Amino acid sequence: MRTHFSASPWWYIPLVTSFALGTLSCSTKEDKKDGAVLPDEDNAELKLPDGFGALKVADSIGTARHLVVNKNGDVLVKLNRPKDGKGIVILSDKDQDGRADSQTGFGDYGGTGITLKGNYLYASSNTSVFRYTLNADELPENTNVPDTIVHGLIDRRQHNSKSIVLDENENIYVNIGAYSNACQERDRTKDSPGMYPCTILDSAGGIWKFKANAMKQSYGEGTRYATGLRNVVGLDWNKQDNSLYVMQHGRDNLHDLFPELYDTEASAELPAETLYKVKEGDDAGWPYVYYDQKQGKKILSPEYGGDGKKEAEEGKGKDAIDPLVAFPAHMAPNDLLFYTGSMFPEKYKNGAFVAFHGSWNRAPEEQEGFMVAFVPFQAGKPSGEWEVFANGFAGTGPVMSPGDAKHRPCGLAQGPDGSLYVSDDANGTIYRIIYSGK
Amino acid sequence: MSVTTGEDGTKPGERKQESTSYPEGEKIYRQYCATCHQANGSGVPNLNPPLHKTDYVTGDKTRLIAIVLNGSDSGLEVNGQTYANVMPPHGFLDDRQVAQVLSYIRTSFGNTAGPVAKEEVRAVRDSK
Repeated sequence: MRTHFSASPWWYIPLVTSFALGTLSCSTKEDKKDGAVLPDEDNAELKLPDGFGALKVADSIGTARHLVVNKNGDVLVKLNRPKDGKGIVILSDKDQDGRADSQTGFGDYGGTGITLKGNYLYASSNTSVFRYTLNADELPENTNVPDTIVHGLIDRRQHNSKSIVLDENENIYVNIGAYSNACQERDRTKDSPGMYPCTILDSAGGIWKFKANAMKQSYGEGTRYATGLRNVVGLDWNKQDNSLYVMQHGRDNLHDLFPELYDTEASAELPAETLYKVKEGDDAGWPYVYYDQKQGKKILSPEYGGDGKKEAEEGKGKDAIDPLVAFPAHMAPNDLLFYTGSMFPEKYKNGAFVAFHGSWNRAPEEQEGFMVAFVPFQAGKPSGEWEVFANGFAGTGPVMSPGDAKHRPCGLAQGPDGSLYVSDDANGTIYRIIYSGK
Repeated sequence: MSVTTGEDGTKPGERKQESTSYPEGEKIYRQYCATCHQANGSGVPNLNPPLHKTDYVTGDKTRLIAIVLNGSDSGLEVNGQTYANVMPPHGFLDDRQVAQVLSYIRTSFGNTAGPVAKEEVRAVRDSK
């Protein structure tokens, strides 16, 4: 197993340099070549590595969750709550300057998941997955009558987003998050014991696999592909090694529930947010264990007899898989994307971008995250330390409460030219990050 | 090379302290409430509701006391939004502690409602 975690003060490693725009800042249309996309003068207030620039494709479109870009460069964004009755926004850019000049929408449901595969667009509500046939312009048709691929999935508010991705064999993978923090008999309640076995895992806390081309499936028609995953929002299918990768949101409230074992600082820094490669039948160990990135071990949850040091036990996470990468706690990884484009420098090819939504469970410590990270990969394995790729979404100055963050990264998509798109569900901004350095 | 977000690794938390007439309530708030509802009472978008500008805090005291004692898992709508996480019960706090923390909340974060007395907490607890 490899973990990639730097010792304190890991957060402040100066991995990113501000990109001074300099000579690229001539964004008037008279100056630019036809079809050239230029970054905003201030790079949309983002901090990026040298040679990269950013622009705002659109602003204030609503609670923008996951997004996709079709072959023509139209951006389709799933909204958590419909805006003006439309839960999916289509942003088009007729004059090809990178900034959307037309916005339409469809779909009267909120949700998170959206993906393109073959001749179809797939999108999810918090209980169902729908499918739309694409027309010749790569846009969905008959948007009022989508096919219902999956329905009846559990939604008890907590961790209810249903992220989706397809493999190369007509299967669709759907995250069903656990409606619980740590599978206590009474959720997040001090002195309430952990349920054993955790019955939540029968219908949630894992990834379910369904046929992408069959109608009206529910639990009975699907299979539990992987379990012991508390909540996954970001997931991607890696075509290089034909495998599913997921980002788990680690548990909360260690100090609130066990103040005698964890002080506020330990609670702010534990447990890791974890990247897993999952094979069919894998168990990542929730709720019995969590991953402690400092000890580099799976630690028995205090609800199940743990004391912060005891390791996984038989029947309680002993056979759980280990993460490929352990990120700092509570940063809320909301999307994962393996980059296959050719626009970015070679080091980014086939590596993983992770959009972190930013923390809330670090209070009273400063909140962290609100950035896009990058993990280099070679041959299906991380080949170096993770690093901050894009930062500055939250604005300047420390964020003590997530409500203070101006923007919160939530979704990632790759454009046909290799641009990286990032959505923000706090202010509804869609960013496009391009590479123009030589 | 510049530093990512401008911080230098020093401990955060030098935030401005509001003065309160309920220091004990503030202490209880920081221990049991602040992780979810945040130090400034703003809550967390989509997850945990705010404690300012809401009738749940500044309105009917009986309803407010009952939520603290018994918790809430019904997805209450607060100012047009629902929130994903449960409110765990805090019946382990004694009457005085509940009265103190609620008095603190009702007079902080821009709220200007009246205090809560421990007798009022006792009455709600006894009515269960």
